[in-house]
Amino acid sequence: MVLTAEPRNLASRYDVVIVGAGPAGMAAALGARDRGAARVLLVDREVEAGGILLQCIHAGFGLHAFDEEITGPEYAQRFFEQVLEQDVDVLTDGYVMDVASGGRVKLMSPSVGVTGVDAGAVVLAMGARERTRGAIRIPGDRPSGVMTAGLAQKLVNLDGYLPGRRAVILGSGDIGLIMARRLVLEGVEVVGVFELLSHPSGLTRNVVQCLDDFDIPLHLSTTVVGIHGRDRLERVTVAPVDDDRVPIMAKAWDVDCDTLLLSIGLIPDAELARTVGAQMDPLTGGPVVSGTMETTVPGVFAAGNVVHVNDLADWVSMEARVAGDGAGALATGARRPEQDIRLLPGDNVAYVVPHTISSDRPHTVSFRVRRPIHGPTLLRLSDVHQRKVRAVVPAEMVTLKVAPRLLEGFHGDVLRVDAIPATDDRAGEDPS
Amino acid sequence: MTAVPEPFDVAGAGLHDPREPGAEVTTHAYLCTGCPLGCRLEVDARDGDVLEVRGFSCRRGERYGRQEHVDPRRPLSTTVWVEGATIRRVPVRTAEPIPKAQVVTVAEALRGLRIRAPVRRGDVVLADALGTGTDVIVTRDLDRVAG
Amino acid sequence: MGRTLAHDVVVIGGGVVGVTLARVLSRYHLDVVVLERDAEVGFGVSKANSGIIHSGIHGDPATVKGALEWPGNVGWLRLRDDLGFGFAQVGELLVALAEDELPTIETIEAQGRRKGVPGLTRWEPERIRRAQPNLSREVIAALWAPTAGVVNPYEAVLLIADNAVRNGVTIATEQPVIAIDPPDPADPGGPLVLRTPTRALAARYVVNAAGLYADEVARMAGVGTFTITGRKGEEYLLDKRLAGLVTSIIFPCPTATSKGTLVTPTFDGTIMVGPTAEATDDKDDTTTTPEGAAQVFAAAKRLVPAISERDVIAEFAGVRAVADTEDFVLGATARRGFINAAGIQSPGLTAAPAIADHLVEVLHDEGLALREKRDWRPRAEHPVRFAVLSTEEQAELAARDPRFAQLVCRCELITEAEIVDAIDRGARTLDGVKFRTRAGMGRCQGGFCTWRCLELLAERCGLPITAVTKRGGDSWIVCDRSDAAEAPDPTAEAPGTTASGIELAAAGVPADGG
Repeated sequence: MVLTAEPRNLASRYDVVIVGAGPAGMAAALGARDRGAARVLLVDREVEAGGILLQCIHAGFGLHAFDEEITGPEYAQRFFEQVLEQDVDVLTDGYVMDVASGGRVKLMSPSVGVTGVDAGAVVLAMGARERTRGAIRIPGDRPSGVMTAGLAQKLVNLDGYLPGRRAVILGSGDIGLIMARRLVLEGVEVVGVFELLSHPSGLTRNVVQCLDDFDIPLHLSTTVVGIHGRDRLERVTVAPVDDDRVPIMAKAWDVDCDTLLLSIGLIPDAELARTVGAQMDPLTGGPVVSGTMETTVPGVFAAGNVVHVNDLADWVSMEARVAGDGAGALATGARRPEQDIRLLPGDNVAYVVPHTISSDRPHTVSFRVRRPIHGPTLLRLSDVHQRKVRAVVPAEMVTLKVAPRLLEGFHGDVLRVDAIPATDDRAGEDPS
Repeated sequence: MTAVPEPFDVAGAGLHDPREPGAEVTTHAYLCTGCPLGCRLEVDARDGDVLEVRGFSCRRGERYGRQEHVDPRRPLSTTVWVEGATIRRVPVRTAEPIPKAQVVTVAEALRGLRIRAPVRRGDVVLADALGTGTDVIVTRDLDRVAG
Repeated sequence: MGRTLAHDVVVIGGGVVGVTLARVLSRYHLDVVVLERDAEVGFGVSKANSGIIHSGIHGDPATVKGALEWPGNVGWLRLRDDLGFGFAQVGELLVALAEDELPTIETIEAQGRRKGVPGLTRWEPERIRRAQPNLSREVIAALWAPTAGVVNPYEAVLLIADNAVRNGVTIATEQPVIAIDPPDPADPGGPLVLRTPTRALAARYVVNAAGLYADEVARMAGVGTFTITGRKGEEYLLDKRLAGLVTSIIFPCPTATSKGTLVTPTFDGTIMVGPTAEATDDKDDTTTTPEGAAQVFAAAKRLVPAISERDVIAEFAGVRAVADTEDFVLGATARRGFINAAGIQSPGLTAAPAIADHLVEVLHDEGLALREKRDWRPRAEHPVRFAVLSTEEQAELAARDPRFAQLVCRCELITEAEIVDAIDRGARTLDGVKFRTRAGMGRCQGGFCTWRCLELLAERCGLPITAVTKRGGDSWIVCDRSDAAEAPDPTAEAPGTTASGIELAAAGVPADGG
């Protein structure tokens, strides 16, 4: 089996159309089927379903979804097997160009041309894209050899080429850390990883297993300030930064390399959400969503990295099941829950997803802290719920489960989410 | 040009407890990699025997601390050439984690290996890799394509 | 009849001047060759500039560059009508921020009127605010010149070059001229012989449009009467979100060396600020610098206070070719048949059509016979821009050719058919594909489409992927693995199906793995 399945016939109408067949899209398809949506179409622009999972050949997937640690391709294939068992139509090599009001989905694919299908509900699951050189303004030349870590990952893991012979990695995001190890294992010299912040951006596990294990130096509070090379990259200039993240040029030094990989963050690839007129959250870069992951455009749902950038595919899939469930429910005529409680990011919270919740069902509230707290931390939902954890860092998303019973006595319309140092020991420690 | 600053070392950042004077027990710092929590573990050991593991949040964490001190292991994921498929490299991994010290040598042994589609998830490409007792297996299906 | 073996005209340099001249020459019965040192035409300053077609008011008509500015502007309208590239006459506002700048505005207005530039109007503050509400409140007066326009300079150069080729011109890339033979004493009226690393060409006439290296080429011909220095200009492109911040080109009052930092609404709808004007010893120095950025943004904010460095999405620099005379060097030389088109600094892009017309007159005066072709086709065959078509047109194209339904670049909605067409029109590099189709210019900056573009370039040009470059030379994108020798050969016959699925083909690995 490969992760493709030409739909026998593209129907003219689907209960749910899902845009993107990565960990979010596949889980959304299953969620929609579980909720009774009879006809579900999954569209992906690549030749196979699976999304970025296919190039994430490393372990670290499935601990929540399958209770077993597996690699990206295995995770993708297991989900895809379920998708096929559930009789979901899959259109690969397909691209959703627009979703008009009324649920008319405009799509293109060599197998069906430029055409339209009607959808009872749509789930946006396009994932994220990488930030590029343009976003951080490094002065200097514009040679070849400067690329995002994710592109390098594809070149190495799927296509069998190397991005260069001697690499510097800017940014300690997970993709960059994982690529550092991949490159070393494939015979590329990795000179070092440079991180503007004073703490690593990626998961600790990746710092240990991808850098420390291979003696690759991680330079914190240091960034690339110059790119040199007419045709191909020849060297970069790096400099430590001060407390305001301003480079200290007097302490700059040059590093010879022919490759600079950028691992400087992901942005929700939410252009389609914007096009259909969904309200966007400037904090996440993705659409504003309700407790069923519906955007502000009725019938258009969103889940996964297109809403907010997650650390784990497993969490993306869990969130997307909620979206698929919501889309399936709506498409099969169920009533939309009352979304009456807004969630607001409070102390040390960068963003909160979803943006509203209802009191009729359990919700998982996901958020990210702004600053690390290296000690007992209270995650607090106004005064209705709190949970104590041992530490929080921006690299690791945190969640609060909100059961309906917690909201029984709550009659306001806004809940605030805080992540603050725990000052007393009354709250029980929750190690999960 | 100035001197290159010392790189940051997570494992050693203020966690390493030096040998207590006169005591045979040594404490070693490890970062648990079992899950994204990344628990900071401390392992007390004497003559290679683990006496106590602290700082874990789950039993897997305790086992990890013990294992990491006595016999550190890593999962290895890499790719090998595949012929007759839609992509040129097929992803593979060790069925179980292998000794950390052998990760690079097993990866090197897999370089230059060439297999042929079709392959199925779980197919063994290298049995008992370099005597580690662990097979290297394919992690996805790939059909044969025409031409 | 040895001369029949010589090309009629060889143009050295495939920038905007070289290709525009070649296109004008293509309407006559002539054998014309353009030699370009880079991997593609227009890869020098022709693609790295402000993209402004000046209104015609700026240059002193006593200079060559000043005299050709207004006829050049008119020439662009003609070119646009023929070739249909993006060109919007957005007009310009020359603004005064202080009383002492008012005489400059008066001088420039009078100059424009003398040159016959139409539509010039003085605007009072109230009119300025109404038209450009985001301009600084410090602006006290402005001169409105409606004839100024913006183009996609690379799109224009490529369409001009395509049209020239369609009409019989040969363009040879990666052909830097490294020597010109001295005149043959036995045949002093004979052709000039040009040498590149791989070719020797004889030409009855040579036009030196070699940009920054025109002084070196002139010296090769024995007529090194001028020198060229580089003057670098850094440009910064702002996020599309700021589209509409200004709707015309905003000029400050000029200084002695530069027209100053402009705020330009580009044809593509982004806002561009720049350029700087820094002398550089290194003619290939296209670096952007923190100092340049600081200077550009300080100046731009004086004109439009809402502009911020934080909105930069891309930056680049181009190097103007400035002759020591500070003017264009146009015309015949002491070497018979060798004609200069050098020192084409600002307003070179604007003046290019007028420069080409002028050079044709010079060639004619030097004895080149101009016999018009009956079948000259001035119109371009336009590349399809799938993204801007109606759904019906898109569906029709896709039904005809499924490659129009195969998406390659999703940020800019570019299809495989468009990439293939760009390659068939001469794109040989990733930048060439990008500048022709916009693939890779969008939000993800090529993160998603680079690989497919590489594959298509390799496939269509018969190259290994490792030989495909960003912009020629040593700008390779990917390299082979150390074990590339073991790589499956994509051209080999597919081996027979095996039941086990796994076959070990590498030496030194136990074969019992399957």
